[in-house]
Amino acid sequence: MIINYCIAKLNKFLASQVKRPSVRYWNEPQKEDKSRDGENTGEAAVQQDRRAKKRKQKDETSKSDPFPGSAPIPKDRLQKFKRKDKITKPPRHYRKLKQVITRSEEASDLALKQAARFDLLLPEDAGFLEGDEDEDTCTISQEDIAEAVDITSGAKYFNLKLTQFGPYRVDYSKTGRLLLLGGRRGHLACFDWQTKQLMCEINVMESISDVKWLHTDSMFAVAQKQWLYVYDSNGIELHCIRKFNDVLRMQFLPYHFLLATASATSFLQYLDVSTGKEVAAICTKTGRLDVMCQNPHNAIIHLGHSNGTVTLWSPNQKEALVKMLCHQGGVRSVAVDKMGNYMVTSGMDKKLKVFDIRALKPLTSYFLPAGASCLSLSQRGLLSAATGDVVQVYRDVWSTPVTKPYMAHRVRGSVWGLQFCPFEDVLGVGHGEGFTSMLVPGAGEPNFDGLDANPYRSAKQRQEWEVKALLEKIQPELISLDPTDLGRVDRATFEQRHQEKVQSLGFDPHAKEKFVPKFKKKGRSSAGAVERRKKQVAHVDQRVIKMFATSCRINK
Amino acid sequence: MAKVSKIRKSKKRSKVAGSSSKKPPVVYDDEQEEDVCGAEEDVSSEEDDGEDERKRQKLLEAIGALGGKRKHALAERSEAAVHMSEFSMTADDEADLSDLIGTIEKTPAATAQTKKHLKNLQRSKNTVECPLSKQENERIQRDVAFQKAALEVSRWQSIITQNQRAEQLVFPLNQEPSGPKPIEQVVMGWEARTPLEKEIFSLLAANKQPILDAVLTPAEEASVKAMDLEQVKIRRAERQKARALQSYYEAKARRERKIKSKKYHKVQNKAKRKEFVKQFEELVKTDPAAALEELDKMERARMQERMSLKHQNSGKWAKSKAIMAKYDEGARKAMQQQLEVNKDLTQKLVTSLSKEEEEEEEGEGNTDMLPDFVNDAEFKQDSSNPWMRGRLSEDPTEMELKDTMDVTAEGASAVTKEAEEEEGSEAEGTEEDALLREFDSRRKQRQDQESDTSAVIVNDGDDGVEEDQVTEDKVAEISDEEEEGLSEFTRMYRGIGKSLEKDAGSKDGSAELEEGLMRIRSVDDVDLLPQETPTEPQQAPTPQHQKSAEQQPSRSRKRKKGIELREVLTKETKVIKVPLAPTVTDSEEKLDQRVLIEEAFAGDDVISDFAREKRKREDEGKPKVIDLTLPGWGEWGGLGLKPSKRKRRRFRIRTEVPPPRKDQHLPSVIISEKRNSAITPHQVSSLPFPFENPAQFESSIRTPLGRTWNTERTVKKMTKPRVVTQLGAIIEPMADEQLLKGKKKVSARRRSRNTKTRTQPAK
Repeated sequence: MIINYCIAKLNKFLASQVKRPSVRYWNEPQKEDKSRDGENTGEAAVQQDRRAKKRKQKDETSKSDPFPGSAPIPKDRLQKFKRKDKITKPPRHYRKLKQVITRSEEASDLALKQAARFDLLLPEDAGFLEGDEDEDTCTISQEDIAEAVDITSGAKYFNLKLTQFGPYRVDYSKTGRLLLLGGRRGHLACFDWQTKQLMCEINVMESISDVKWLHTDSMFAVAQKQWLYVYDSNGIELHCIRKFNDVLRMQFLPYHFLLATASATSFLQYLDVSTGKEVAAICTKTGRLDVMCQNPHNAIIHLGHSNGTVTLWSPNQKEALVKMLCHQGGVRSVAVDKMGNYMVTSGMDKKLKVFDIRALKPLTSYFLPAGASCLSLSQRGLLSAATGDVVQVYRDVWSTPVTKPYMAHRVRGSVWGLQFCPFEDVLGVGHGEGFTSMLVPGAGEPNFDGLDANPYRSAKQRQEWEVKALLEKIQPELISLDPTDLGRVDRATFEQRHQEKVQSLGFDPHAKEKFVPKFKKKGRSSAGAVERRKKQVAHVDQRVIKMFATSCRINK
Repeated sequence: MAKVSKIRKSKKRSKVAGSSSKKPPVVYDDEQEEDVCGAEEDVSSEEDDGEDERKRQKLLEAIGALGGKRKHALAERSEAAVHMSEFSMTADDEADLSDLIGTIEKTPAATAQTKKHLKNLQRSKNTVECPLSKQENERIQRDVAFQKAALEVSRWQSIITQNQRAEQLVFPLNQEPSGPKPIEQVVMGWEARTPLEKEIFSLLAANKQPILDAVLTPAEEASVKAMDLEQVKIRRAERQKARALQSYYEAKARRERKIKSKKYHKVQNKAKRKEFVKQFEELVKTDPAAALEELDKMERARMQERMSLKHQNSGKWAKSKAIMAKYDEGARKAMQQQLEVNKDLTQKLVTSLSKEEEEEEEGEGNTDMLPDFVNDAEFKQDSSNPWMRGRLSEDPTEMELKDTMDVTAEGASAVTKEAEEEEGSEAEGTEEDALLREFDSRRKQRQDQESDTSAVIVNDGDDGVEEDQVTEDKVAEISDEEEEGLSEFTRMYRGIGKSLEKDAGSKDGSAELEEGLMRIRSVDDVDLLPQETPTEPQQAPTPQHQKSAEQQPSRSRKRKKGIELREVLTKETKVIKVPLAPTVTDSEEKLDQRVLIEEAFAGDDVISDFAREKRKREDEGKPKVIDLTLPGWGEWGGLGLKPSKRKRRRFRIRTEVPPPRKDQHLPSVIISEKRNSAITPHQVSSLPFPFENPAQFESSIRTPLGRTWNTERTVKKMTKPRVVTQLGAIIEPMADEQLLKGKKKVSARRRSRNTKTRTQPAK
């Protein structure tokens, strides 16, 4: 449609380029006028005729635009950027309200349309692997793909043979440029995986359970045997955080600057890396926490437990926001998609389940003969599941029932860490024998936001970004299940609000003061008081006497 | 007479003045005195005539002679009263008008005009009111001035409100709007300069052509003016008539449309049709091209009818009728009629040759449709249908059918046969339906078999274990022969554990496991039980259909009840076929003792634990009853005595029932009911002014303003400041011109409207 429109415009432009004397109204033939000059009768009819002619001529002169107005926007694209439904307009007599609402509606309409229109500027499109007839895409080997694609893309398939230090955990930085490897037996390495430029490589001489990049490319956190450590990209130990012990899994919330850790002591802790303070420490009371993932949409942490439940946590609440029973056995891995719509879990019962995390309802359930130990979702919704030493990648697990994997690849040892590289069609697999970088066509988001995560940014840009990101840091209080909560009017009753105030202040500001009897010393001995008392008594005496007298009279 | 009027006047004045109270009485006294004097004088003149009076007169004259001028004045005024002295004349004692007039008439020097004027004055009886006091005067003046000022200010009101409501104000206010100007404005200021232009314009002017792009040329305008009155009248009458006729026609049509009688419409339609046919025949004779067009139209209508489901007894009305059809003759008839309409509309109009063609086409269509039929993607639903599953598992003969190609061929033949049959007996619509349904069910069965065969293969991998490493080359082989690969891979997995086998089996295994745990079966399940028993498919295909139909409502009933927890967990799973079999098991996780145990007792009491926890949470939220009755208060107390019912009722406090839990309908979910109070300080706690309800406010702030979410233009538009001042520009108060501008605009508009009304009759 848009293309049609553009072509039409172009044609019009070209047509206008061809030189043609512009038609003026005085160019029209004037014969009629001369003939009509003398006449007076029957003028009206002639005149009408003339006017019609004139109109026609006008139409001829201004060639009508076959696609008038601005280019139409496809409905699905509008839907993509839609935020909320419009509300009905208020009655007419609320002039001010009506004005405010119409203005805001206009603004949001403009925003929506503009956003949808400018979606056109995202030029890159994602592709997928397509097999020949009767050929399953899952049988195409990595070598074949690497041979078929261009050299730079082919170079993205590689194996690192690191047999000594055991299974590796993997983490890509937010821009997808840097890769962090953490061997179970203490090996730690970070490097630019595209240029294969090593930044640091050390052995921490302790077991490593998880590694995670922090907000920039220059810092990463390592969960070691006892404490949590922070290193910089040169391998220099920056911090040893003793408050965080026995950490098994970590997640970094990039917009909140929070490092969430799950420990073997069933503690879920949040560390604010911008201020270095512990934001929250929640005892989940659910045993060892070795399954963890975050919902990128609302920064909620998902934890998987051995009793088949998945719990959702925010730093603001001491109890789980939601507890879902997902598997009959323990939960082995959890993953949430980028938009925060779907959650994929795998459990000891060898099932792979997909949930609609907004409605908290199960969508589909698959049976994987070997059961998936690690799950990871790519930016475009590809699911990778590691079953033993085989890495399988699935497409569209939620929308269509899948019977076969999209791709499969066998690595050397059992898989321990699995992550899709952002903005690249690459899946990083950390396993017992080292690291494998797999090519998965259609995995990464082809269009990156240059102001958010720019893979090609310079050092200066990175610095700029860091300052801006810190300025735009979202406070941990704003983490909630529904991120649009902030834009909602707080409808709590007065009582509820009061209770919260009491809780936060520690006392009730509106409470009535309790009655405490005053210890009052009465000045009885002053002369005035004595006199007054006497007067009172005298009065009473008089009355008593009177009463007595009257009663006597009555008695008589 | 004059005196009396004087007194009255003075009285009046006293009334009017109010404040000046003392003077009038004084005046009154004077006059009284005078009167008295007068009376005395009269008496004396009566008593002693002549001498005394003369003497006094003389004396008076003598005294008067002393003063010179005054003497003369006295002499003049001596007519009214004898003792007219200057001292008796007060400031208030005014001269009466009549007196003056009297004198004026005598004096010849006064002009006639003044005389007339004075006469007029005399004729008008009402007296002139005295001027107001200074304060009052000032107050009135102030009032008037205020009104004037208010009027002046109120003229600005519209401009002020306009500015207040404006989205943005740019100061200084009266600026020329930037950007392109309308062509008229530009042309107005344009002058012909070059000789060519001058010539052109002179020509235009000479020929009375419009220089600006006006609607009428001057000549035309002249002609309009020249049109005589009668002509105009005639035209107007014509137009009025046409309008009236149109309105009558519209009214008639509206009336007819409202008539509810079916018979009337039927007759009407019939008449219309007849007329149409007649017309058509005429057309054929007279204008074959138009007739062809008509035919084309009919053909199109037929096409539309064929495409739509309009008259095929599938609408809401038809369905309601279908229910009644069994008992109601009328309903049956109505349905029949609708079908007839369909038939009429879909009937082809052309010759037998084309009919054959059509038949051929239909045949082709059928063959085309076949693969579509076979490839129907409903197998998922069927596999979830317990009844179907039960039957198929019992059916050993059909298990052998594996080749899909065979199936399609068979299906094709069956369909063609049926199609032929259909053609044979067209009238029996219901039979057709039954046949179609039968066919459908058969097709579904076949598809189920296919799915089951694959599933069975997954289950029944009983051969010896082969722990070979599957190389890349092998993979290709496997894909070629999928079933073999699957069996191989299942063989590999057989050794892992019996639990796997249990789970790998279809739903039945896990369901059994569930049953052992829960020992609860809902009523619906009991209902379903007999349906799971095998039935023979070939014998009675229609009952099958009925059963499935029966099953549907039961399922819907279940949905209403809410999802059962165990159903959620034992939901049908899809087995994924994996081309590569893992050779390494994850030893790390298996090593964990606790995990191992957990796996061994997988699903042991996970569900019941969860259910218990959920129940506990629900109970916590339920309202509690606090009993505050004290035994023995106001009553007898003691062992075996209970407080009275009334009292118990009185002292029992019930807490309010909380709103329903969010996880009410989600059996496998516990949602925390705690309020997230961390976000409340950042939320808007009270509704801002113009909004009536939170929804309005929320929707008004739903769009973010930042650059992260919006395009640059949107951000600029949304964050536009209310007031913009130009740097260095002097902002002056609004001048009167501003007002005049607005007025001019209005007046111009009015004028244009007037001209329009003037020109209208010409049109």
